[in-house]
Amino acid sequence: MSVPGTLDPPRSTPEVVRPAPAPAPPVRARRPTWRRALRRDWQLYSLALAPLLFFAVFRYLPMIGNVIAFRKFSPGGNPLGEYWVGLRYVEMFLNDPTFWNVFTNTLVLGVLTLVVCFPLPIVLALLFNELSSRRLKRFVQSVSYLPHFLSVVIIAAMVMQLLSVDGTVNQVVRAFGGEPVSFLQQPEWFRTIYVSSEAWQTVGWGTILYLAALTTIDSDLYEAARIDGAGRWRQTWHVTLPGIRPTMVTLLILNIGTFMAVGFEKILLLYNPLTYPTGDVISTYLFRMGVLSNSFSYAAAIGLFEAVIGLTLVLTANLIARRAVGTSLW
Amino acid sequence: MVTVGRKPARRRMQVTRGYRVFQAVNAVVLTVVVIVTLYPFVNVVARSFSQESYIRAGQVNLVPRGFNLATYKLVMADDMFWANYRNTVFYTVVATAVAITLTTCYAYVLSKKHLRGRSALVGIAVFTMFFSGGLIPNYILITSLGLKNSVWAIALPNAISVFNLLVMKAFFESMPVELEEAAAVDGLDTYRILWRIVLPLSKAMIATMVLFYAVAFWNSWFSAFLYMDQSDLFPVTVYLRNLIAGATGAGSVGAADADLQTAANIQAVTIVLTVVPILLVYPFVQRYFVSGVMLGAVKG
Repeated sequence: MSVPGTLDPPRSTPEVVRPAPAPAPPVRARRPTWRRALRRDWQLYSLALAPLLFFAVFRYLPMIGNVIAFRKFSPGGNPLGEYWVGLRYVEMFLNDPTFWNVFTNTLVLGVLTLVVCFPLPIVLALLFNELSSRRLKRFVQSVSYLPHFLSVVIIAAMVMQLLSVDGTVNQVVRAFGGEPVSFLQQPEWFRTIYVSSEAWQTVGWGTILYLAALTTIDSDLYEAARIDGAGRWRQTWHVTLPGIRPTMVTLLILNIGTFMAVGFEKILLLYNPLTYPTGDVISTYLFRMGVLSNSFSYAAAIGLFEAVIGLTLVLTANLIARRAVGTSLW
Repeated sequence: MVTVGRKPARRRMQVTRGYRVFQAVNAVVLTVVVIVTLYPFVNVVARSFSQESYIRAGQVNLVPRGFNLATYKLVMADDMFWANYRNTVFYTVVATAVAITLTTCYAYVLSKKHLRGRSALVGIAVFTMFFSGGLIPNYILITSLGLKNSVWAIALPNAISVFNLLVMKAFFESMPVELEEAAAVDGLDTYRILWRIVLPLSKAMIATMVLFYAVAFWNSWFSAFLYMDQSDLFPVTVYLRNLIAGATGAGSVGAADADLQTAANIQAVTIVLTVVPILLVYPFVQRYFVSGVMLGAVKG
């Protein structure tokens, strides 16, 4: 995925290892035909059968199931729909003002989450890295990883406790002479609540990959920078950040890939009809349309639209990254 | 390891005044990070032991007011809570067992570089990371298969996490091939090589994977929420979600939304009882998670 080559084992090992397999017959050199491959490796292929069945049934079949976006579907009938209706459902959602509202909300929440939750782990990792006490560093890291292990239901429950009228946040508001706010009932607060709870849960865990990348930076580079008269700040700017750039780019691409699917489960737990104007996103809207209102085809059309945008975003980001900085996912 | 040894030297050589100021600021910032991370836990524990009247008055922050165990007794006496807790354990065990079996098998196959069709097999898995069928077709599929209200609705659709798969594949690839070649020369077939040679050498990796899956299944709620209709089949996460959905009064979705104002105190107790197992095992398992993620990052 990332930092290829930068984590090479100590230089001596390849030379030690290489002579050993050298005299082995060149099995790998020739590509066997399918028949020979099957005869020799049938046991390996047999191990792949159950996993392939899983992918076929629970991953690829639902992709095919998306045809109901273009077909009339009735619950209890044919799972792939009854007859073709063309782009009727696509036209329907394109003309649906609610759809455009949830589309905008998805983009806004996605961008806000990216802008806040992508850079913070980098900053935090750099701060961790500057701690001189090893024990303190380990303690702070352990604490910061903790929220990652909690169920989103618990996160939502804690958010509700803290933001309730009698909760801590409102006590602070009151201490400064303000009126208590019922935060979770007000659309103008939803984005702040969503993004900050997301940051609370993900930022600490997000530092791990950067800390791993930081340990791979050659310390000679710092030495050289120092001799050139670079201070701490310049060293960070010219050595550290370029050193972790491949990790940054990879994670950025991955983040962009999940951009459209903004925290569906958490929003479902935190939003309510009062906060729909800012909190309702594509995935929650299609959940209500499909599962709760039984408009399966309509919801599937929206879902397909979302998935295609998501895929396009990843491919584009990957392409741009490869052209611009030479790092990509594949 | 070499870099770790060198870094402190770099530090000592260069302690300017500005850097000392920075370190002080850094210490303050990280202290704030720790406090902000831990405060919600402390607060919810304090609320769980407090009297409802103090909570309503907005007087409970760090320490319990009107200390009592009555609510703990109340929640623990609820049979449904324990039934749901047992469900969580059961679902986690079954789903993790299925997941670890499928993931290990596939990762082992994918790690064999000589295998014909290997890149296609990898592609089949990786593509699903970036494109998925979506909620509605999945829902129709599970319903049509008749998996509703069974553990398989939770275990099967999430049986392979591609991220975990790639981590394991990377691990198997890093194992020395000589061992398996020697075993093959000794006449062991692939199944026996996997079972007797590879798996015993992969205990730490498998433990890590078990933890990854177990935590994910333990924490999951949406599959159960979507595919379970009867409250005695819910996992404890859905129990808690119904509690808080009732408490906000705005109960957005779902069948079990009671319109009652659940006491903040009961909520707090339920949160604490749900989160305690995670907090208890966390210190011991955290390093496995970190090493698993690192391996995935380096090799994936």
